[in-house]
Amino acid sequence: MESVILQIAARHMRPILIVLSLVVLYRGHNEPGGGFIGGLMLGAAFILYAMAFGVSKTQKSISFSPVTMTALGLLIALLSGVPALFSGSPFMTGEWITLFQHTVVELKLGTPLLFDVGVYLTVAGMLMLVMFSIMED
Amino acid sequence: MNSGLLIGLLLLLSFLAPFTRRYLNNLAGPLYAIVPVAGIIYYLRALPVILKGEVITESYKWIPVYDINLSFYIDGFGILFSLLILGIGAFILIYAGKYMVPYPMKGRFMGYLILFMAAMLGIVVSGNLITMFVFWELTSISSYLLIGYHHEKPEARTAALQALLITGFGGLALLGGFVLLGLPYGTYELSTILADPEPIRSSVLYLPALILILLGAFTKSAQFPFHFWLPGAMTAPSPVSAFLHSATMVKAGVFLLARLNPVMGDTQIWHILLTTFGTVTMVMGAWFSITQTDLKKILAYTTVSALGTLVLLIGTGTQYAINAAIIFLLVHALYKGTLFMMAGNIEKMTGTRDITKLGGLFKEMPVAAIVMSLALVSMAGIPPMLGFVGKELIYEATSLAPTSRYLILLAAFFTNSVLVFLSLRLSLDVFWGKRSDYQKKPFDPYVALMAGPVVLVLLSLLLGLFPANLAAPLTAMAITSVSPGHVAVGLKLWHGFNLVLLLSALTLFTGYFMYRYKRMILEHSGSINLRYFAREFSNGFVAAVDGFLHFTKKQTSRIQHGYHRFYLMTVFAVASVLVWVMIWRADPIILELNFADMPLNLVAVVVLIIAAALSAVISHSRVIALVAMGVIGFGISIIFIAFSGVDLAITMIMVEVLMVILAMAVLYHLPKYAKYSESGARMRDGLVASLVGAFMMVLVLQAGTTQMSEPISSFFKEASYSEAFGRNVVNVILVDFRALDTLGEISVIAIAALGIFSMIKLSKRKEI
Repeated sequence: MESVILQIAARHMRPILIVLSLVVLYRGHNEPGGGFIGGLMLGAAFILYAMAFGVSKTQKSISFSPVTMTALGLLIALLSGVPALFSGSPFMTGEWITLFQHTVVELKLGTPLLFDVGVYLTVAGMLMLVMFSIMED
Repeated sequence: MNSGLLIGLLLLLSFLAPFTRRYLNNLAGPLYAIVPVAGIIYYLRALPVILKGEVITESYKWIPVYDINLSFYIDGFGILFSLLILGIGAFILIYAGKYMVPYPMKGRFMGYLILFMAAMLGIVVSGNLITMFVFWELTSISSYLLIGYHHEKPEARTAALQALLITGFGGLALLGGFVLLGLPYGTYELSTILADPEPIRSSVLYLPALILILLGAFTKSAQFPFHFWLPGAMTAPSPVSAFLHSATMVKAGVFLLARLNPVMGDTQIWHILLTTFGTVTMVMGAWFSITQTDLKKILAYTTVSALGTLVLLIGTGTQYAINAAIIFLLVHALYKGTLFMMAGNIEKMTGTRDITKLGGLFKEMPVAAIVMSLALVSMAGIPPMLGFVGKELIYEATSLAPTSRYLILLAAFFTNSVLVFLSLRLSLDVFWGKRSDYQKKPFDPYVALMAGPVVLVLLSLLLGLFPANLAAPLTAMAITSVSPGHVAVGLKLWHGFNLVLLLSALTLFTGYFMYRYKRMILEHSGSINLRYFAREFSNGFVAAVDGFLHFTKKQTSRIQHGYHRFYLMTVFAVASVLVWVMIWRADPIILELNFADMPLNLVAVVVLIIAAALSAVISHSRVIALVAMGVIGFGISIIFIAFSGVDLAITMIMVEVLMVILAMAVLYHLPKYAKYSESGARMRDGLVASLVGAFMMVLVLQAGTTQMSEPISSFFKEASYSEAFGRNVVNVILVDFRALDTLGEISVIAIAALGIFSMIKLSKRKEI
């Protein structure tokens, strides 16, 4: 199936979806969103591309394999639990550092965000892994 | 130094050996042997304390809640065994360092050997039943690795698996036995259990515990009918046989029986079981060794026979019998270690282990001939070797056995005659007589290969020459700890003229007679074996295992039929029935449905969902059904939004979109509906579906009205920002409060994805 409309749409939608998925990932802690939804969106971005251009072309256009992405996600999620051990808390306790504090704006980073990044990558990776292998022909 | 540290060092060394072997080269064997030698020095220095009758104990907390400690208990018996294991082990390491030169994966082999040594040492110095069990299993596993060392050979794999299955089965039984034994005491500590046999003796658990423990001991010590794994294990390289089948692995069972003798022993059933199985094993091992031609197989069957003798002696349990058991244990370890190592040497020098192809080796290998013949003299029980003292004691013990004295004496006489016969055969037919043709010119083996045999045989000689000064003190405490109340009888090389000496002389004569007419003996016993024992025990075992596998396969294919739709149906049917039962038993169902204040737009959505569901059911096309399912999903997400569950709605939309795409991609590969389900099948499917749908409905409606306790959501709402710094409660739950669950979930999806990926990749490769 070669559709010019789909191809043009996919080419322009992909970066937008990727950025959007990152936004959803980051804002997840306070507003609706999070790693799982973000991961689904990221996966969807690549699946849309694969529907328009085919799996092999999509895989060529990205420099990592879905397997690596899944594994990396799991690893990050696992490692995010480790910092808590150094402060004597149980594995996976949330640890936070405030990078920037102002009366209005506040930037906090914590291991739960890192964990969410892990979820995000794992979900997207597994989605791409499954879809690519089924769509491939 | 202490026992815990020593075992720790050995385990560390076994881990390091595979990486360091290549750099140490030929020095590896002697260097690794430093650790066991250090252990020997430690135990020798502890010996005077032990000989005074004291017990050295150490204990480290392990699982204190269940009273499982890593504790050690070293008494006279334990220390004798430890010295044997470490002493023979050190020489085996030196021997193996040289012996294994032509083979691959030497480092790993050394590692396995040391691991085995650590495990075996662990068994004999354990002071806690559970600790002992752990080491027991460790010997099973490491011996599996050692026996299967030539893993490219199918017979090695079979033999290794056989040994593992049998000893593993015994190990499980043993664990059960240990737990039962520990129950009346409320502890697994040996020091408590050994101190007082009364709790278990008077308990109803005595018999089950005894049977389970005997199963463990008999499988390990190759007692009939589990004996066949031992000859099979001869496919292992010679250092393994020399170590496992002289003083260690197979002696573990005997060790256990002797160790528990003060607690479990000296009852009617103990006597009957041990003497029966021991005698049968002893005679049978001797009988099968007659017709073997492979050097190591002969030694293996005599080992089976010797193990039978030991079990018989422990079962007899009289003062003489326990004395004989301990001495014979020492005797056997010394000569069998030597003989196995020499068998390896002979194979190395001549290229064969078949005694019919050997002969006249004395000229080329004089030292080897003398060493091996001396060991054989000990095996035959001829003075001045320690074997003679052992055999005299065995005769003494059996002639004084409390029950079926003559039968046992006859069995012992037969066994010893066969041993004399084999000794003559293994020395005269191998080193003297007609010289055979060998592929290469044999010569006396290297020092590393001879060090062990020479030292062991010299020990045998020294202990035999000075039994009262050397052998007696070493074994006296062991005898007392195996059987409190019994003391060591004086050991003498010369007992004067009595019945026992007469029996010894008769044995020698019979053995010589058998050797003289060996052709006739071999022919006759061969034909008897052919007629009655043609089907080997190991084949029977293999058939049993195959049958079991076949049965499980058949039984599994009933439940695991491979049809996904039926799996789903089973899951749904079982789940809904169970939930329905719960609903039935719980409070009466209150269905308060109030449609009055339902907004009109939601009514439209609900109507849409119902219409979509109906069309999905009646549609004749998969694509239409799929799209209809998608509509249902979107309808539900609209409802979520209406009730401000934005997170859920977004997730639902994403999942729905992806599910439809995924299903489309799959549909593309599927054929059209070949035929529609029969009406019966449709009724069944409809019933299951309605059951599930209805229970979900009732559940949801009930959940709204039932309030069992303070809902956890209020905690999450409160703690979400104050403790986890997030206002999105759903997300905070996922990544913080319940992060470990999420980690589990993403691991599952990652593994599932890998599974799908590899399955599709594999099936594609098959098509090509």
